[in-house]
Amino acid sequence: MASHNESIIREPLITGKGITYAQITNDVLNPVENKPNKAWWIGFTVASLGSLLWVVSISYTFWFGLGAWGLNKTVGWAWDITGFVWWVGIGHAGTLISAVLLIFRQNWRNSINRSAEAMTIFAVICAATYIVAHMGRPWLAYFTLPLPNQYVLWVNWNSALMMDVFAISTYFSVSLLFWYTGLLPDIASIRDRATGLRRRIYSILSFGWTGSVKTWQRFETVSLILAGISTPLVLSVHTIVSFDFATSLEPGWHTTIFPPYFVAGAIFSGFAMVQTLLLVTRKVLGLENYITMFHIESMNKIIMLTGSIVGVAYITEFFIAWYSGVEYEQYAFINRATGPYWWAYWSMMSCNVISPQLFWSSKLRRSIKFSWFLSIIVNIGMWFERFVIIVTSLHRDYIPSSWVMFYPTWVDVSVFIGSIGIFFTMFLLFIRVLPSVAIAEVKLLLKTSSEQSKKKEIEEGHLDPVEVQYYKESLVKYDSVDMSDYEKI
Amino acid sequence: MSSTKFILGLFDDPDDMMHGIEKLQKNSIPIYDVYTPMPIHGIEDKLGVKESRLGYAAFCFGCLGASVIFSILYYTLVHDWPMNVGGKPNFAIPNFVPFTFEWTILFTAFGMTLTFFAATHLFPGRAPRVMDLRATDDRFVIAINAKGNIPHEDITNLLKEAGAVEVKHNNRKYVSYE
Repeated sequence: MASHNESIIREPLITGKGITYAQITNDVLNPVENKPNKAWWIGFTVASLGSLLWVVSISYTFWFGLGAWGLNKTVGWAWDITGFVWWVGIGHAGTLISAVLLIFRQNWRNSINRSAEAMTIFAVICAATYIVAHMGRPWLAYFTLPLPNQYVLWVNWNSALMMDVFAISTYFSVSLLFWYTGLLPDIASIRDRATGLRRRIYSILSFGWTGSVKTWQRFETVSLILAGISTPLVLSVHTIVSFDFATSLEPGWHTTIFPPYFVAGAIFSGFAMVQTLLLVTRKVLGLENYITMFHIESMNKIIMLTGSIVGVAYITEFFIAWYSGVEYEQYAFINRATGPYWWAYWSMMSCNVISPQLFWSSKLRRSIKFSWFLSIIVNIGMWFERFVIIVTSLHRDYIPSSWVMFYPTWVDVSVFIGSIGIFFTMFLLFIRVLPSVAIAEVKLLLKTSSEQSKKKEIEEGHLDPVEVQYYKESLVKYDSVDMSDYEKI
Repeated sequence: MSSTKFILGLFDDPDDMMHGIEKLQKNSIPIYDVYTPMPIHGIEDKLGVKESRLGYAAFCFGCLGASVIFSILYYTLVHDWPMNVGGKPNFAIPNFVPFTFEWTILFTAFGMTLTFFAATHLFPGRAPRVMDLRATDDRFVIAINAKGNIPHEDITNLLKEAGAVEVKHNNRKYVSYE
């Protein structure tokens, strides 16, 4: 049958009273079908100004060349690659939520996967702009493709940068495909409620979706296989990004721990960015009943776990540098912690290793304000991580006469701030034109995992009172549950 | 003879709809199709819809992707322009792994999804063959071809008994989009 009762001790994934299928559609499509409010316009204006800054600074870079950046002879890679790796890392959470959690049948993914996937796509777009920008002559970007050319030479397939081209492009296109396929039924929902020009536009976008039995059956097969292949894909992408460093002979980069360490860091920063966006989105769009405290707490637990993995990786790196007996390697790490960039290193350490440990406290884990604050801290920390890996490894070359510091120019800073503007512009447009929660998938949970269905079960009274008590206690943390309803039953 | 083309049973609960399907089948009334706002497991078994073969397509596309990129790598690095990099072998299979892996995934994803779109006739601009506009919102719709399935009154009663909130006798197969 369509619905089985779930064990009562599991926390509900949808809260609220009198939620119906129509109610879910109305709630989710509310921002899509109505005029934006003031908060959105303010956000959109600020984000657009950020995008404008990006356009100006990138145009300046292309006009005057890479000399506009603060790079020098020793530090030939700095904020550009830092920004690139930061954005790619952020772009990992969406596919992880939609793919890995689907395979593990974690139903709480249903209400956060759509916006997380959108975030992934926008983050990878931001990352891609850095790749193109740092080429210096972006019109020659096709040099990275194995095309027959006048030099009769092929691309260097042995280079990790080439692997990056394939990994990022595959990741971006497969994520986009996964996201859009999942959107089809929800676009059809908008289409069937709209009129006039809007109906026409959404009709084209919906690909003619009807929701017949065969369509749903194939849709589910496609979703499951896409999830199955995206899981190794998402792990491969940051692994390959780490090859950019790990296959070099640079002290501080040349280490075999990089692939798993980068992947954990990517999941860590990705979930932090999901948290940053969703805690605001949930409030502004009024989605408290769908993105509940359970979701927030689960994500905080993942942030804590991956933060701990990252912490272990930092310590392991340091240990191996000493244990290897390679003095260059040892110096690179001592210099990171105590050299001129000590402030970057210790910012990274405190933001990424120490602060996520605060989530062991359930009180902090369930505080929305604190979660949001910490997600920002993690975002900052992960930016510093990449900065530390890249700049501090490079800035003291083998010959002390080449030792320099890296100073960003206004163009470096503007490209970075601008890319954040681009990201938020795209995200704000997304929540206006497409459903930010996967409507069909949330409807699946209504009969099994919603607060109201569980309440009904309790009222029917065939349940173990100990389990019911446990369930009631678990409800206290929810900010969207009115506990006075549970006093009598 | 009435001008009814399709009889639609609209349910507001998936379990009632399953019940409706059972009732209709018990009375040997063929069901044209069922439209739901979300995937309901078990309908395909009841209606005898065969399992999707998209998994096989996915596997074939994956093999294709792996072969294509491996061939390109072999041709460029080993056959067409073997380069001497410090005397290391040209046919360096470990270096081929990331590319082969990525294109296996790429071909699987796009091949399978495009096959799904083609087989289900989904493409941008296709006129939606919608029988009831609420089937993508909160109604679970059983569609019965009215032609040959008479008397219509009995079908209506059966659906109502199963818990249909509304039974529609439509003169057109699809809701017009004009």
